[in-house]
This record gives sequence, C-alpha cells and structure tokens, in this order.
Amino acid sequence: MSDEQVENSKVSVERQNASSTPASPARRAWRRFRKNRPALFSAWYVVALLIVIAAWPVAIRIAHSAGPAAAAWAKNHAPEQLSDAQFQPPDAQHWFGTDEHGRDVLSRVLYGAQISLLVGFVGAAVSLIIGVLWGAIAGSAGGKVDGAMMRIVDVLYSLPSIIFVIVLMTTLGEKLKQLPVVRQSPALEKELRLLILFVGLGAISWLTMARIVRGQVLSLRTRPFVDASRALGASPTRILLRHIIPNVFGVVIVYLTLTIPAIVLYESFLSYLGLGVQPPMASWGSLISEGVDQINPIRIYWWMIVFPGGVLVSTLLALNFLGDGLRDAWDVKGS
Amino acid sequence: MYFLKRLTYMIPLLLVISAVSFWLVHLAPGGPFDKERAPASPQIKHNLEAKYHLDEPVWKQYLRYVGGLAHGDFGPSLKYRDHSVTDIVLQGLPVSMLLGWLAFGFAMGVGLPAGFITAVQRGRWQDHVGSFLALLAVCIPGFVIAPILVLVFTIKWHLLPVALWESPAHAVLPTIALGLYFAGKIARLFREGMLNTMQMEFVTAARAKGLGENTLLMRHAVRLAVLPVVSYAGPMLADLFTGSFVIENIFQIPGLGVFFINSSLNSDYTMTVGLALLYAVLLIVLNLVVDFAYMLLDPRVKYE
Amino acid sequence: MLRTQPRSATTQQGGFRFQWTLRAAFALLCCALLFGGCMRRDPPADVTIINFSEPQSLDPAIITAQPDMRIVSGMFEGMTRVDPKTGGAIPGLAERWEISPDGKTYIFRLRTNLVWSTGDPIRADDVVYSWIRTLDPATASDYAGQLFYVKNAEAFNAGKMKDASQVGVTAVNPFTVRVELNHPTVFFLDICAMPMASVVPRQTIAKLGDAWIRAQPLPVSGPYELEFWRLNDKVRLRKNPRYWDAANTQSRIIDLLPIGSASSALNLYVRGEADIVWDKELVPTELLDVLLRRPDFHTFSYLGSYFVRFNVTRKPFDDPRVRKALALAIDKKRIVQRITRGGEQPASHLVPDGTAHYVSPEGLGYDPVLARKLLAEAGFPGGKNFPRMEYMFNAPAGGGKIHEQIAIELQQMWRDTLGVDIELRQLEMQVYLSEQDQMHYDLSRSSWIGDYNDANTFLNMFVTDDGNNRTGWSNPRYDALIRQANETTDVQAREKLFQQAETILVRDDLPIIPLFFYAGINYFDTNKIQGVYTNMVDLHPLNAIRKVKPKGQSLLTPAATTR
Repeated sequence: MSDEQVENSKVSVERQNASSTPASPARRAWRRFRKNRPALFSAWYVVALLIVIAAWPVAIRIAHSAGPAAAAWAKNHAPEQLSDAQFQPPDAQHWFGTDEHGRDVLSRVLYGAQISLLVGFVGAAVSLIIGVLWGAIAGSAGGKVDGAMMRIVDVLYSLPSIIFVIVLMTTLGEKLKQLPVVRQSPALEKELRLLILFVGLGAISWLTMARIVRGQVLSLRTRPFVDASRALGASPTRILLRHIIPNVFGVVIVYLTLTIPAIVLYESFLSYLGLGVQPPMASWGSLISEGVDQINPIRIYWWMIVFPGGVLVSTLLALNFLGDGLRDAWDVKGS
Repeated sequence: MYFLKRLTYMIPLLLVISAVSFWLVHLAPGGPFDKERAPASPQIKHNLEAKYHLDEPVWKQYLRYVGGLAHGDFGPSLKYRDHSVTDIVLQGLPVSMLLGWLAFGFAMGVGLPAGFITAVQRGRWQDHVGSFLALLAVCIPGFVIAPILVLVFTIKWHLLPVALWESPAHAVLPTIALGLYFAGKIARLFREGMLNTMQMEFVTAARAKGLGENTLLMRHAVRLAVLPVVSYAGPMLADLFTGSFVIENIFQIPGLGVFFINSSLNSDYTMTVGLALLYAVLLIVLNLVVDFAYMLLDPRVKYE
Repeated sequence: MLRTQPRSATTQQGGFRFQWTLRAAFALLCCALLFGGCMRRDPPADVTIINFSEPQSLDPAIITAQPDMRIVSGMFEGMTRVDPKTGGAIPGLAERWEISPDGKTYIFRLRTNLVWSTGDPIRADDVVYSWIRTLDPATASDYAGQLFYVKNAEAFNAGKMKDASQVGVTAVNPFTVRVELNHPTVFFLDICAMPMASVVPRQTIAKLGDAWIRAQPLPVSGPYELEFWRLNDKVRLRKNPRYWDAANTQSRIIDLLPIGSASSALNLYVRGEADIVWDKELVPTELLDVLLRRPDFHTFSYLGSYFVRFNVTRKPFDDPRVRKALALAIDKKRIVQRITRGGEQPASHLVPDGTAHYVSPEGLGYDPVLARKLLAEAGFPGGKNFPRMEYMFNAPAGGGKIHEQIAIELQQMWRDTLGVDIELRQLEMQVYLSEQDQMHYDLSRSSWIGDYNDANTFLNMFVTDDGNNRTGWSNPRYDALIRQANETTDVQAREKLFQQAETILVRDDLPIIPLFFYAGINYFDTNKIQGVYTNMVDLHPLNAIRKVKPKGQSLLTPAATTR
C-alpha cells in the first residue's frame, strides 16, 4: 500500500494546517460535489451496480420457483452450476458467455462482485478502525508512546506485505478450524475464511491511515480550540473523542474511498497468486486471472477477460472518481 | 547530523524486522522439505532438517541467523540448495534494478508531462482525457495489461520479443507494463501538486508583482509541486528495485520479484527473511535520499 | 489576468515539455548504457528447450523434480543410462554387467576409457564414493531411498550403521563394481540410470562442499558440461568432448529455459524462440482441441496417475462403502474429455496401462445407481446427515488451474449424484504437502509419476506406513503380497501377485480413487528437431537431440529473424 505514502508527506500535512474549517462542511461539500460531474456519474454507476448485484441472486431465487421455463433459466444462470456448454461466446442466453465449466460468466461476475466489493469495503473499514485509533492515540499521546507506536508502524511498513498475507491466510485458516464454534457448525468456516481475507487485507492497509491521522492530530493539538478545551480541564480522552476525531473525519473519508479500490486491486493480485477466495466461489480477481489464461496466440475466449476486466476497471475508475470528488468537495488538501 | 541519526536507527529497526519476519515465516504451516514424494524413510527428512538446523527451537535458529548476519552471511537458500541467499540476490538484484530504473524513467517521462499538461489545462479537454488515462493506468492490474501488450506487440505485429531478458528490445514491454501504473500515479500526484502550488499565496503575490508566468512557474511552482512526487519516489523505487512477480513471471525475467512471492510460498525461510531485510534497507535508504532531496527543494523543510 | 493565463500556459507548456523530454531522454540514455553490464546476449544455442520450473538444484543426490532430472542426467551418468527410444536402461559408464543366478549380486564392468570432462580418469572408487555420498545422512538426499535395495544401505542412511564399507557396494578393482542387494530386484538396472546413482566428482565436492555444482570448471561424467546456470534465466549446457560416447552427442550447445506458465511457453514456441516444449504442465488445456490437430504436438501415454486420496482414519471415510460410493459417482470420462483434454485415459486402477510386464485388474467404473445404493447402505440415503468434508488441492502461483478445475467438477458430481456436499480447500503447495503428509485432510488431490517402468513404483507406496501412503490405510494381506512380489524374479508369478494386491487397492478397499492416467505432450517440429522419442517414462536424453535445417527453406526461419 506504499502507493499512498504521499498522503503522509510532510508537506501535505503542513498544508493541511493552513486549511480553515468551513462553518457547515457537510453542506458545502455536498454543494461542491454536485457540481463535479464525473464524480456524480460515478456515484450513480456504483449505486446502479450495487442494485444489480443485490437483485441478481434474488431474481435467480425467485425464478427457481416460478414455473419450469424460469427454473431452467435460473439453473442455467446459477453461478456454480456446471454444464456441457463450455466456452460459449456471448449470446441471448448467456450475455457474457460461459467459462470452461459451462458456467454463466455474467452470473459469476455479479456474484464475484459481492466478494470483491465486500473485501474492499470491509478491508477498508478494518483499516479505518485500526488506522484511526492507532494514529489518533499516537498523535494525542505524543512523546515516548507516539515514538514507540510509530516505530511499530515503521517496522510493519518495511515488511513486504505478501509475507504477512500468506502467513495470515495459511496459519489463521488452520487455527480457526480448532475453534469450538467452528467445530460445532462447520459451515461457519467458509464465512470465517472469507473474514480472514477481509481482515488480512485490512491489516496491511491501515498503516498509511495511521500516519495520516497522526499527522492531522499533531497539527490539531496545537490549535487554539484544543488548547482552550485543555485549559478548561477536559480529559485527554474527551479531547480525543470530541475535538480530534471529528476534525480528522474529512481526511479519513476521502482516504477511505481511495483505499477501497486499492484493496480490490490487491485482492485480484492475491487471486492471481491462487491465494484469494476458495473455489468454486469467485471474485473479480479470480475471474480475471482465469480470463488472462485465455490470452494466447491461437484462440482467445475474449469474453472471459473483457467482461470481468471491464467491470473491475470501470468500478475502480468510478470509486476513484468518487474519492477524488469527495476530496475536492471536502477540500481536504486545502486551497 | 539528522541523517546520521537516521542511519544508526536503521540497525535496531533491521533487527526487529528480521525477528518479526523470521517468526512469521516459521509460523506458517508447511516446511521447506515437504515433498510430493516422501523420502523412503522419515530419517531422510530428519537428516535434512538437522543439516539446516530446522530441528532447533526458533529462537535458537534466529540467534544462529543473526550470528551469520554479523559476518555478512545470509545463509543458504532452502529451496535452491546449491545457492546461498547472497548468490541469488546478487544474480537477481541487478536485473530487477535495471528494469526498475527503466520503469522509473518511463513513469517519470510519461507521468510528469501528463501531470503538467492536465494541471495547466485544468477543466479543458486535455485535462479530462489526461486525467482519465492516468486513472485508467492506475486501475488496470499488471497481470491484465502485460498479456495484452504481448498479444498486440509480439504475436499480432511481431514488433518485439515475447519474453526473456537478452537485448534492449526485450526490455521494452516489461518497462511499459511495469511503469504504466506508476506513470498514472505520478501524473495524478504532479497534477495535484501543480494545482495546489498555483493557488498558493506566494504565487499569487508574485503574479501580482508582475513576474512573468514563465520564470515564475519554472522557479517556484514546479519546485514545490514536484514534492509529492519526490516523496512518492522513495517507496516507489524500493518497490521497483525488488522486482514485480507479475511482470517477471509473464516476461520471464530473472529478477528478484519472483523470489519475493515464491520464497514465502515455498517456506524458504532464509530467503524470505533475507529479502525482507533487503526491502527494508532499500526503503530506508531511499526514504533518506528523498528527505535529502526535499531539503534541497523546499527551504521550509528543516530536519533536526 | 485570467484571460491571458491559458495562452501563456500553453507556451510555457511547450518549453516544459521540451525540458522534460530532454531529461527523460538523458535518463534513458544512462539506462541504455547500463544494459551492457546487465543484459548479456549469449551466442545462440543449437537447441532451446522449455523445461518447466527452475531447477531446485543440479546436484544429482539432491534433486527430486522431473525438470531437474532432465538436465542433470545430461551432466552425470551412472552405470546405466536411459535409451532415448524406449526409456529403458542401456549400458552407460558400465560397458557390461553380470547378474548372479539368485538375482542378488550385480558385477558392473566399467569402460576403460572413462574420464571426467577435466581429463582425470573415472574409476570404480568414484562409483562407490558417489553411491555412499547419496546414502550419507549428511548429504540428506531425498531420493536416497531408491538405493535401499542395496544391502545395508537403509541402516547406513538412518545413521544406525556408521561404517560405509558395510554397504553392499564395493570396488573390486579399478574397473569393477560389485553390488549386493537385499533381495532380487528386477528393475535395479533402471534404478542405476537414475541421477542419484550417477557418478559425481569426489575432489570437487571435498573442496567446495555444498556449492560444488557451481565449480568452474565442473568435472562431469555425462555428455554435457554446465556452461552456466542463471536462476530464472537459463541453464546452458555445452558438449563434453571427453565423454566416452561424445561421437554420438548430437548438439553442441543446449539451452534449457525455466518457464512455468503455459501461455509464455506457447508464445515463445510460436515465435520460434524455443524449439522444444516438454512438460505436460506447459500445455494450455483450453486449446488442446486445436493444438492436438497440429503435426508438431505429440501426445503419448506415460507412467503417471492422477487420483484422490481418502483419509481413512476419518469418519465416514473409514467405511469402504462410502469410499466406493464416492468413486462410483465420478464420471471420469467427462473430466478427461472436458477438462484435461490432452488424450488422458480415464482410470479405474492405479498402475498405468502400458507398464512393463503388467496388466492391471479392472477397478470401479461410473455407476450412479450403485453409488447411491452404497451410500444409503452406509447410512446416508440421498446424502442425508453426511458430515461436512473437504477436498484439498494445491494452487500453483500464477500458473495453471487444472487441479482447481478438476476439484470443481468432482464437487458438482458428488453433489448431483449423491447429494453430498464436499467443500473445496485450496492450499499453497508447501502447506498442501505438509497437510497431506500429516494427514490433516479428508480428501486430497494426488498424483504419482513412476520413477521407473515397473508396477512396484506405484503399488509399493500403499504398503502400511510407507511415507507415501498418506491415507492411513493398512491391509496386512496387501503388504504381504507386495513383499512377496518384490522377492519374486519370475515375471509372470510377480505379475499375478501384483494383480492380487491391486485388486485389493482398487476394488475392495479403495483408499484412493484413480481418476485418469496422464498423457504426456511434447511440442516440437519434427522437420526441425530430431531425437526426441515418446516413451513411457517421459525421459528424453539430451545427447540424442539435434536440430536439422529443413531443406528448401531460407535462413529466415522464425528462429533466425527473432534472434
């Protein structure tokens, strides 16, 4: 996640010092956001995608019990249903074609979207929670505590994240099986495994968040209103909760929207390595890495790469536009 | 003085990193000597583990490892048993660094002009197209763009070699595939930096004083606007120099990136820890260089 | 001010673009200068072979993987070597040998003109040294077990016997090696051709220890010297002019490229940068329907079996009826026709068809009705109450997905036919291997490639407590049959015993489900490459391979234009 390191550059932090907090930031932000057409369009795109993703499984479930024709359609489009129709190009029946097991690619893309977006959102949320707490505590405690906490961040920063992920995925997965809860209801394991993926990805992307938040907090600490509050006898916890965390909110939201696409991308890399979701489940990453195998000089099943790739890239674009739009709207970098 | 202090601080940091990664790799299930074909007697595996001291407790192994480090010995690779970790790094690092420099050059060569144009043309079509392309470059995974480049430039058009690492022509596609993401990143950062500095008070003041746009932008704005790019360059170069698994795998390049992934997957303990240390050293040194460059570029920044 | 800005900015931008271009050009120039140091262009090889994964080692005692063996057997030779056509053992460093009537003693007569590539003579002492080195616990050789047929070898390897001279391999005189075996072993000459039994240079090893293989010059006993070995780049071999059969070494320089991805291999081959691709993993399965019709794709059956292991210590797989039900529910034809697609044969038994002196008994076929019946008898009618079980398989990083694809098919078949839901569990290679070894699994993907052309290499692994058993299955009758067969020299009697044993394995007890027999695929243009023959062991000695210039073609073959 070193890509985002810039955000914690000393200069941007300094610049943020100069920014003044607007009277009603949310409203002003919204007004500005509405004027940003790419961001607005992206927001609509994401919303539409989410609706389709949510509606598709429902449609299939309803179709299952709605007459023989509909049931056949549902069976044909179940994401994990194998059939003899291997490598069918897109047609009226399968809009995105079928894969090597005769499964409907459209359905797999939509089911994969659940996983990919969930990984992105939950991973980002994990990074948000750890990062904000860590950074806020380090920043407001200052002194030796700050030093120690930031050294830990330094160490984790210099560790190649892949080692971390591999160990987490392999070790924790086995440890989880020993849990009494899992022993009683083994079906839980599948969900727990997915959870590890989320947590694992979140756990490697909170570092930058922690640094940003710490920088913000450090600059906020010297602000007059914080001094005033301190002089009035407010406890450090109170200052942290009432003044500091609300004031770093803008930066955090913006950074969060930029973390989501980064995590989705990282998950696709893990899937390429065979470390992502467990088959027969799909994620965009696993679908794309299956599609990439089809690029060769003899014959290309183009639909297996174009559709999953197109949806992934367009969604990442939308999320990034959204993040940029939010940043401009919240005026994070200051002007 | 500040830099010296940073350098001395590096040694304990490296020790901690080696300890953490050492512990992590031993935590993962599966050892380097688990094979599809079991040795004819369990004794053979014991022989192997005894030979590489894997039968000792982890802390003892770690002390042994650190003892080796003190003599500059990073241990033998457990997967490639004829090679020491140092051998492998010495073979792979120059290749990865060369490709890294090329990709860096490409990313800067494409990213900076793109960032500049999109910034000065803010809101016009050049900005929209440029910004979109920059974002696109950031959003397409490397393992998608690389096979597509291969397909188009080598299979369809026969312009460049498919893979391997032999002549400058062999470096073209990997450089682009590797550098594209960073080019997009840099373009975005530089645009951002330009927009911010152009709105700064001193720039507006200078404009008011009637300083020509040319000299003004040259002298001050760019110098400040490039700062985010400079601070990004540190971690970016550390990433580039240690190679990319995807690019090296697809283009068959004998760099270090493949080892980063495979050593963890193969439980090649010494190799994993050695590479983690290498990455950490590169990151620290490059960040130092970046801070130094910062000081030269921005008079406001001072280190104590 | 605002009005003027765009214009001036545009002129500005021109100047800037120029400056940056200049700098970028300068940077690129610097980099180009670096090329000289870092990118070496080697003179072209006579033959370039894509050899799958990077060799883990080139030390004959250490290697275990087939790609490594293909290289090493070109560098070091033993008493026998592999016949390129049949894959059987023919005289190597030994000119001839005598076998005692009881089949327990082998006398090898060395050729008298043997020298290392450095010119020093090779004598019987070197042979004894090499075998003892493989067996020495300090060498920690994985394949040492192949020499356990030799008297006292196992005890010496386990460290129970310290005296190497007690091991049944001795130098009678400089040109005679005497080997004593524990019991008659009909495939012993095949074992002598394997890398761990080849002759290695004692002085170099004594001097350089573990890094001896990278000595310059490295004395070799086989047809090729190691010119260089660059990890993940290539291994280059150069003809050893002092090899006893150097007159028949066909190519001067051979490059072996370590390439793990099927699409890269195919791309390089199509562009003419590689002459031969020879690993079954390097074939994109999706394309096989097209590729197999091309004249340069050669498919052949060889000694490899793909099967599923049960962990019979776990319920309900301790019940043979459940195991049989799962086996009968698999439509193996669909797997070979739709997924693997390389001409693999569906398997009902473990030992591949075509194994020397052996015909397997028929095992279980595809019978969904019987499968459901057996499952119901075992107490799970329609899959009801069947506990949650997992099918474990390994995932190659950035490579093929064949195991995953087969897993998905199996899961579906079990669900459709039996109503049994088996979860899939994908693991990284090392974790998968360790889990399998420690029996932390329910069902596990497995495969086995024969080390030599004999049923024993397959059947022996399911003997009780064999390191390769890994199922927890144990059947005293099976053990007794295998032991008896291995002490029998009569070919037909031996076959009978093996057949009885395999019947227990694939009809009665079924600790494994055989799925299919591998098909080997090599691709090379027979008009350009000669000397690669298909054989049951998928071994292709390097010294037989040569490139021929097709008649009537200009110099501008693809290989010439791209280099």
